[in-house]
Amino acid sequence: MFNNFDFSVILPSLPYIWEGLMFSFRLTVTAMLGGIIIGTLLALARLSGGKTLGFAAKTYVDLMRSVPLLMMILWFFLLAPFFIKITPETSALITFTLFQAAFYSEIMRAGIQSIPRGQINASFAIGMTYWQTMGYVILPQAFRNMIPVLLTQTFILFQDTSLVYAIGATDLLKAADNTGKLYGRTVEMLIFVSLIYFVICFSLSMFVKYMNKRIAIIR
Amino acid sequence: MIQIQNVSKWYGNFQVLTDCSTHIAKGEVVVVCGPSGSGKSTLIKCVNGLEPVQQGKIIVNGTQVNDPATDLPKLRSHVGMVFQHFELFPHMSIIQNLAIGQTKVLGRSADEAHERGMKLLDRVGIKMHANKFPGELSGGQQQRVAIARALSMDPICMLFDEPTSALDPEMISEVLDVMVDLANEGMTMMVVTHEMGFARKVAHRVVFMDHGQIVEDAPKEDFFGKPHSDRAQQFLSKILNH
Amino acid sequence: MALNYKWNWGVFFETIPSGDVTYLTWILHGLGWTVAISLCAWVIALALGSIIGTLRTVPHRGIALIGHAWVEFFRNVPILLQLFIWFFVVPELLPRDLSMWVKQDMPAKEFITAVLALGLFTSARVAEQVRAGIQSLSRGQRSAGLALGFTQAQTYRYVLLPMAFRIIIPPLTSEFMNAFKNSGVAYAVGVWELVFVSRQMVEETGGQVIESLIVPTVLYIICSYAANLLMSVIERRSHVPGFIVAK
Repeated sequence: MFNNFDFSVILPSLPYIWEGLMFSFRLTVTAMLGGIIIGTLLALARLSGGKTLGFAAKTYVDLMRSVPLLMMILWFFLLAPFFIKITPETSALITFTLFQAAFYSEIMRAGIQSIPRGQINASFAIGMTYWQTMGYVILPQAFRNMIPVLLTQTFILFQDTSLVYAIGATDLLKAADNTGKLYGRTVEMLIFVSLIYFVICFSLSMFVKYMNKRIAIIR
Repeated sequence: MIQIQNVSKWYGNFQVLTDCSTHIAKGEVVVVCGPSGSGKSTLIKCVNGLEPVQQGKIIVNGTQVNDPATDLPKLRSHVGMVFQHFELFPHMSIIQNLAIGQTKVLGRSADEAHERGMKLLDRVGIKMHANKFPGELSGGQQQRVAIARALSMDPICMLFDEPTSALDPEMISEVLDVMVDLANEGMTMMVVTHEMGFARKVAHRVVFMDHGQIVEDAPKEDFFGKPHSDRAQQFLSKILNH
Repeated sequence: MALNYKWNWGVFFETIPSGDVTYLTWILHGLGWTVAISLCAWVIALALGSIIGTLRTVPHRGIALIGHAWVEFFRNVPILLQLFIWFFVVPELLPRDLSMWVKQDMPAKEFITAVLALGLFTSARVAEQVRAGIQSLSRGQRSAGLALGFTQAQTYRYVLLPMAFRIIIPPLTSEFMNAFKNSGVAYAVGVWELVFVSRQMVEETGGQVIESLIVPTVLYIICSYAANLLMSVIERRSHVPGFIVAK
C-alpha cells in the first residue's frame, strides 16, 4: 500500500516544518492570552449592567460567534492593506486574538455567573470595591473553575490555526504543504503533519482530562 | 448606631418591605425573627447597602446608607456581616480569608493582618486550622471563621443573617457560644435568627416581622411574656412547641 | 475609511468574467453549496455520532474502546487537514482501479469529499455530546430500566436516549453551528461555496474587498440566526415539565 511512498523527504524538511510549528504555537499562545484578557473585559462589560456598554459587548461577541473564522481571516487580511503594511503572520495574530476574545468571553461570563451571589455580598460586606471584589474574589474562582473549558477552547484554537493557510501565513500545515510541493511529495508530508497534529492535540486533550479530575477534587 | 426609618422596598411590583422603622443603640443586641419570606433577611441586607431601598432612610453611625453620595465600601468596612451560607472565599486559606479585607481594604501590612487574624482565630477556636481551606472545615467551624473574618475589620457593629440555619443541629451551639461572648462584651448586634434561646439569653429587644412589615418591636421580656399581635403569638407557639 | 478605496455597490449586478450570471447569482449559488455541504455533513455526523456516543457508554470494555478510538481519531487533527487527507491521501491508498476512478471519473468528487470529511470530523464531536448527555443522567435511571425487565438496548431506547437527547439540544445546536461555519474549508479543494466565491470575487472585481465579503458574511449571520431559532423551537417542543435543562 505504501509502496510508492517516499518518506525520506521528511528529514530535509524538518527545519522548515519546525519553523511552521513554532508559528502555530506562537499564534495559539498569543490568541489565548490576548483572548482571555480581552474576553474577560468583554464579560465584565456584559455583566456590568451598563446598557450601552453591555449591548456593545454582546453585539461584538454575537457577531464574532456567527461568522466563520475563515471569513474573519479574509476580512482582516484583505482590508488591512488599505491602512497599513502587514504580513500574513501579523494579520493572523491580530485576527485570532480578536476572534478568540469572543469565545473566551462567553466562557468567562459563564464562570463568573457560576459563582454564588453570596460571594459578592460577602466581599462587599467587608468593604471591598467592585474592582477589588472582581480581582480578589470572583475572577480567581471563575478562572479556576473554568480552566478545563478554557483549555478545551485552546484545543480548538490550536486546530483552527491551520486556517491561516487561506492567507498564506506559514504555519505547521502550510510549511508541510510547501515542502510537499517542493519535493513533489504532498501525500507523505500530509501524513507526517497529521501525526504531529495528532500527537499534540491528543496530549492536550489528555491534559484537559487530567485538569478536569483535579479541579473536581478541589471542589 | 443603626436607624431604620420608614423603609419600603419593591422587587418590580412586588413589595418586600413596607414602612419598616426601628433602631439599634450602641451596645444593644436586637434579634429579628419571623416566618420565612417575611422580609427579615432583606431588611438586614439593606442596613449595609447590599440591597437598595426605594423609600425611607437607613442611617448607620451617622451616615445615610441609601444616599448616592455615600462611600459604601468605606461604610461596610466597619460594619461586620455574617451570612447564612458562610461565604468564605473557597480559593483562599482560612488565614488568607481573614487577611484579605485587612490588607486590601484597611491597608494593613501583611504581618499585622496575619497577627490580628491569628488572634481572632484563636478566639473562635480555629487557630490550628489556619492554613486549611474552607472546604476542609465543618459548617460550624466555617461559620466561626466567618465571624472572625468580620471581626478582623474591627467593626463598630455586627449584622448576622440567619447564621445558624444552614448548620447541622450539633454545630449550632458552637456558633451561638461565640455570638453570646460577643454580645456580653458589649458589641452592637442585629441578628436575624430563629434561635429563641439565644434571644432569651442575650437580646435586649426582639423585632418580629411578617409580610414585609415590622409587626412587633418590644423589649425581650415583653415579647416572650405577652406579645401583642396574634401573628407573633402564633409564630412563637409554633417555634417553641418542639 | 482609507482614502484609496473606491466603493462600487453596483458590482453585484455586473456579470462575472467567465459566464453570463451576475455576481449576486454567483453568491447565491455559493450559499446553496454551503448549505448543502453543512446539511449533508450534519446528517452523517448526527447518525454516526449518536451511535458512537452511545457505544461509549455501553458496559462492555471492547465496544466502549472502539467508540473511544473513533472519537480520538477524528477530533485530534484539524478539519482542513482531514479534508486534504481525504482528498489527496486516501485515493492513493485505494486499490489501483478504484484509485484511478476516484482520481479521474468520480462525479462531484470535491463535494462528496468535503461532506465526508466534515461529517466524520463533526461525528466525533457529536459523539462526545451524546456520551456526556447519557452520563449526566442519574445512575438510577439505567437501574430502573433494567429493573423493569428491559434489555440494555430497550433501556437505551426507552429510558436513557430520550432524556439524553433533550438535555443535549443546546450543545448539539452549537455543534451544528460549528459544522456550518467549518464548511468554509471546502473552498480549499475547490467547492464553489461562500468562502470560495468571496475570494474569487475579490480577485475578479479587482479588489472590491468590502462588497465581496459583506454579502457572504451577512448570509452566514442570517443562517446562524435561523438555525438558532429553529433549535430553540425544537427545544421548547421537547421540553419535559419539571426538568430544568442546562442553558
